[in-house]
Amino acid sequence: MLVQVRNLEVELGGQPVLREVGFGLSEGELLAVLGPNGAGKSTVVRALAGDLKSAAGVMEFAGRPLHSWSSRELARHRGVMPQRVDISFPLTAEDVICLGRPPEPRSRSRDIVRELMTLLDISHLCNRLMPHLSGGEQQRVQLARVLAQVWDSAGPVLLLLDECTSALDPAHQQQVFSLLKQLTRLRGFGVMAVVHDLNLAARFADRLLLLHQGQCHSAGTPSQVLTESALQQVYGLRARILMLEEGYPLVIPTGDWQPTGYTEPGNPICRQAS
Amino acid sequence: MVRDDAGRVAPAPALVLLLACGLAVSVVSMASGAYPLAMADILNGALGRLDDDVARMVLYDVRLPRLLLGFLVGAVLAVSGALLQGLFRNPLADPGLIGVSAGASLAAIAVIVLGTGWLEGWVELSGPWALPLAAFMGGTGTVFLAWRIARRAGETSVATLLLAGIAINAVAGAGTGLLTFYASDEELRSLTFWSMGSLGHAAWEDLAMAAPWLLLTLVLAPLLARPMDAFLLGEQVVGHLGYNTDWTKRAAIVVAGLGVGAAVAVSGLIGFVGLVVPHLVRTLLGAGHRIVLPASALAGGALLVGADCLARVVVAPAELPIGLMMALIGGPFFLLLLLKVRVG
Repeated sequence: MLVQVRNLEVELGGQPVLREVGFGLSEGELLAVLGPNGAGKSTVVRALAGDLKSAAGVMEFAGRPLHSWSSRELARHRGVMPQRVDISFPLTAEDVICLGRPPEPRSRSRDIVRELMTLLDISHLCNRLMPHLSGGEQQRVQLARVLAQVWDSAGPVLLLLDECTSALDPAHQQQVFSLLKQLTRLRGFGVMAVVHDLNLAARFADRLLLLHQGQCHSAGTPSQVLTESALQQVYGLRARILMLEEGYPLVIPTGDWQPTGYTEPGNPICRQAS
Repeated sequence: MVRDDAGRVAPAPALVLLLACGLAVSVVSMASGAYPLAMADILNGALGRLDDDVARMVLYDVRLPRLLLGFLVGAVLAVSGALLQGLFRNPLADPGLIGVSAGASLAAIAVIVLGTGWLEGWVELSGPWALPLAAFMGGTGTVFLAWRIARRAGETSVATLLLAGIAINAVAGAGTGLLTFYASDEELRSLTFWSMGSLGHAAWEDLAMAAPWLLLTLVLAPLLARPMDAFLLGEQVVGHLGYNTDWTKRAAIVVAGLGVGAAVAVSGLIGFVGLVVPHLVRTLLGAGHRIVLPASALAGGALLVGADCLARVVVAPAELPIGLMMALIGGPFFLLLLLKVRVG
């Protein structure tokens, strides 16, 4: 197991944001984290990224407690893409991607940077300044930086991606997630991605983690988690779920929005999800 | 000019060019001033063949220490500015922001005004060092204070640091104003001179006192280049990339604080170098600190030496305060910066 989280509790500004969250992530697995705004998705990612000093509970990475790793070691095995990165200085796309590389000869980083730029379709942005790029272009550059960091890592790799495709057009969304899926299959990367697009998650994720009000509502394969009642309870969203012959569900919203009441997380697979 | 694909000047030729600029400005600065010296004298002086005693005295004991001090102070102000702009992730940050200039000037002005009264003991104790030492302690002390305020539970909040700096600036400014209010005419004159910045008193002793701190800043700053680059992407990303965020912040504050403290102590308040130089360097060479820091040092040194040279020439045989000169150049540039539409 690449990542093991048990009883994760986080308070921010005196408010409990996460309560008793537990889940696991294997090598070569793509886990999508879903949930409405404020459900605690980013907080889970930030806890695993080491940004939250107040996180309590058990977090293990590759069998060792997360806090026992040095930040330098972790940087070689864990890439983190925050939801927003604002750059107000004239750095080029290439500069930013190079920042992900450790100190090494420029020629070596250049090869990796070129490869990633091709994979993410940003070669043409190489020498453009970041503040001049569109949101989606910046997002792809940031993703390339995160991948550059762990690209030649020997050993386990974990990617924590907080809405890494939120500003991308549909074609690039598909492209990025196809790439991530390939990386899990071919290189054994463990990917944890916060996603809002239910159908994107359903198509690419091996497993889903559905959060609701700081707790785990359900976890499992897309067809297990994406049910009409779950969407109704968590999002207040009325939707039809079609099972496609490709083997994953398709969510089609149907009704108007309705306010949700608080519901106890009832699904037992979640509590001891592994 | 050699330019790379991004339209920026390539680092190596740019550094060579800046160095050449610095040398040229230095030679011109050595040659100009109230006492006439020809280029030939300077060449002879450099080769140790200068026969004229007065010329030798002017060259070695007046202009050379002044040149070296000017270059070092300019370099340190520019490098500190670059560090702080990276730390605050704001291209408009200035060494003055964390309170270092305000603290230093309060201490220095206190020595000028109260030197014959309350602070007599201090003046007797430290003799000729009374003012620069007080300014250094005032400057670094304020940085330390701002930093302590910004530290909570082992973490340094950059936003709080900025706010604390602003508050400290206000309080120190009020103190300075109060002292100015009580100052006698004569005190007022030396106080004004100091707060407008000057390299006019530069002697070997001043250089010997300030140089270790100034050089320390110039040597240590480049070691922070990589984590400071990461800082441009945000505080959290620094940690994600495997650097120690808090250590980096502390190191940047200490390095900039010591350097600016020492610079203000020997030369008074000289604004805008720390703002203008790194900004220009970034526009021309890109924002990576491995190039911004050395290029800022060279450009800052050359700019200050050039401004000092101008300050001596325009109203010779008198001279303008160099802080005034810099403000005259820097002020309009800052306005241009504000009016410029494009980012960076």
